[in-house]
Amino acid sequence: MSETALFIKGVDKFYGPIDHGVHAVKQLNMDVKKGEIIALLGSSGCGKTSTLRMVAGFEAVSRGTISMKGREVQTFAPVKRNVAMAFEGYSLYPPLTVRENIAFALKASRLSQSVVDEKVASIAKLLEIEDIMGRYPSSISGGQQQRASLGRALIRDADLHLLDEPMGQLEPQLRALLRGRIKHFIKERGLTAILVTHDQTEANALADRIAVMEGGVLQQFDTPQMIKERPANLFTGTFVGEPPMNVFSAGISGSGDTVSFGLNDGVKLDYKASDFSHEVRAELMKRSKVVLGIRPYAVRRSEGGVGAKVAVNQWLGDQTHIATDFAGGTMVLVEHDRTNLAIGENVGIRLDPSSLHVFDGDSGKAISHGQELA
Amino acid sequence: METTSTLEKTLRLIALSLVVIFFMFPIFWIFLMSFQTNETILAIPPSVIFTPTLSNYAALITGKLTTAAGTLDIAFMRNLGNSIFLSVTSVALALVLGVPAAYAFARHKFKGSEDIAFTLLSFRFAPPLLVLLPLTQYFQWLGLSDTYFGLIWVYQLICLPLILWIVRGYFEDISADVEYAYRIAGHSWFATFRKIALPLAGPGIAAAGLLAFIFAWNNFVFALVLASADKQPVTVGALAFVTSSGIQYGQIASAIVLSVTPTLALALYAQRYLVEGLSLGAVKG
Repeated sequence: MSETALFIKGVDKFYGPIDHGVHAVKQLNMDVKKGEIIALLGSSGCGKTSTLRMVAGFEAVSRGTISMKGREVQTFAPVKRNVAMAFEGYSLYPPLTVRENIAFALKASRLSQSVVDEKVASIAKLLEIEDIMGRYPSSISGGQQQRASLGRALIRDADLHLLDEPMGQLEPQLRALLRGRIKHFIKERGLTAILVTHDQTEANALADRIAVMEGGVLQQFDTPQMIKERPANLFTGTFVGEPPMNVFSAGISGSGDTVSFGLNDGVKLDYKASDFSHEVRAELMKRSKVVLGIRPYAVRRSEGGVGAKVAVNQWLGDQTHIATDFAGGTMVLVEHDRTNLAIGENVGIRLDPSSLHVFDGDSGKAISHGQELA
Repeated sequence: METTSTLEKTLRLIALSLVVIFFMFPIFWIFLMSFQTNETILAIPPSVIFTPTLSNYAALITGKLTTAAGTLDIAFMRNLGNSIFLSVTSVALALVLGVPAAYAFARHKFKGSEDIAFTLLSFRFAPPLLVLLPLTQYFQWLGLSDTYFGLIWVYQLICLPLILWIVRGYFEDISADVEYAYRIAGHSWFATFRKIALPLAGPGIAAAGLLAFIFAWNNFVFALVLASADKQPVTVGALAFVTSSGIQYGQIASAIVLSVTPTLALALYAQRYLVEGLSLGAVKG
């Protein structure tokens, strides 16, 4: 499991002349172990698809190296890299049926017809497309084309499977079902996969590690749990998590046995010095300006807490989202009970120090998560 | 459309008929002329009632033109053969050169690629006569005057830009990812070009080839200036019917009928592709 399947080192991607064109990927370093599922997560234009296409060999690498199985492959043609890819636009061959499209991917592997048939049948079953195997791409829906395209990639026995938004067009129920099946399929066969997505649920559910990208820069590359609990910077903190993390800029002051955060509108959060570890306190005291972050799930209502006024109270069927006006901004709470608060009602809010994420006010880099240094 | 009244239908039919008659009448009249002698053609008033004669066609096929001043040798069948040879060869060459070039222009944007593509297109803007004078001189120096090779080369001015621009539009319409999907499955770019790009752009290539064929076939001025009688196509060959003893309208008409037939047959056969190719070229160009 520890063998490195892919090693990306110091990769830059410019569209247009190097150093003058659009800088789509900046100094990217990543390693993918054999048998691992990696998700490249980010919004449109963050460089995730460019990265995937550089790995596939469809985009030239402007600078840096990409290695697979210990060989530098960045100058290799796609055919030499032994990778499989599912395309966001499906890209099925129009003159072939779905079955032929999927079986076609095995053509170069010279398997016997019976083995091919068997593999195609099992993929069709996996992706719930058995009933459309004889149809042509132009006569099936986008979701069906997407599954056919995914099948064409998964059926191959490649060193690396690249999946570009593999489930974007599927209905929610089907997506949830296939997420589990595909993960099982990949793990069972020990395949290595990189998936590009802007859907964090998909990334969390499928990936062993998530690479969060923004503006061409890799923000954080870690397990889903670590990304959620210990975001490396303000971007990752606010990008990952639904509803997003509440953030407030704050001034910081402390004396002997207290630590105080001064928010807008004169709101003051006072904590005991012992609420933070010695190291965290020392780091915090070096600064005068920080950004406080807290996940909506961690915000508690309590009598005698800091005052906030309810602006929105929504029951979503399994949880309540409450948005409140707090310190000149919005503080969102998530509660699992069905609560009915009146709009305009005053509530007290308590922010547990162990749930606080503190980020540097200038760089946005994480300083501490609860008791621990970032 | 379901609500169209009978009156509307009738009016539409009449309007369409008028258009069809307007455009088809000259062709129809020439067709009639080709079965008449000069006397009936020139009779005033003209009449559609006449005794049809095959003498015009006979003269063309035998190559003996009988006029008041005696019998002339005409090379019409040779001209027809030249037309077929020149057009087919020119289009074939233009396809061999133009389709890969169109693919390159569609798939690889490099510095100046638009300029090169536009320069190639601009060959179609220049009036042929403008090009002809210097070309005549060059051809004499190079020994290309009055050779099939020289003519086919010049015909590339007609065929190549047309094929390049129409086919390029078709290639651009094909998602590059379809080709990537094929390449990543273990095929070279050349195999991808042959197995994916070419078949998918097939209708466009057919349309472009057909259009180029028609344009090449109809060309007059290049062959008139750059070749002598035995290399000239029908468009120029038809001049032979303007003789010292008069214009042989009947033979001209039958020559036109014979020379239009191949392109007409081709166009009818590939009508669907042709319309598609033309409209796409118009939008994409």
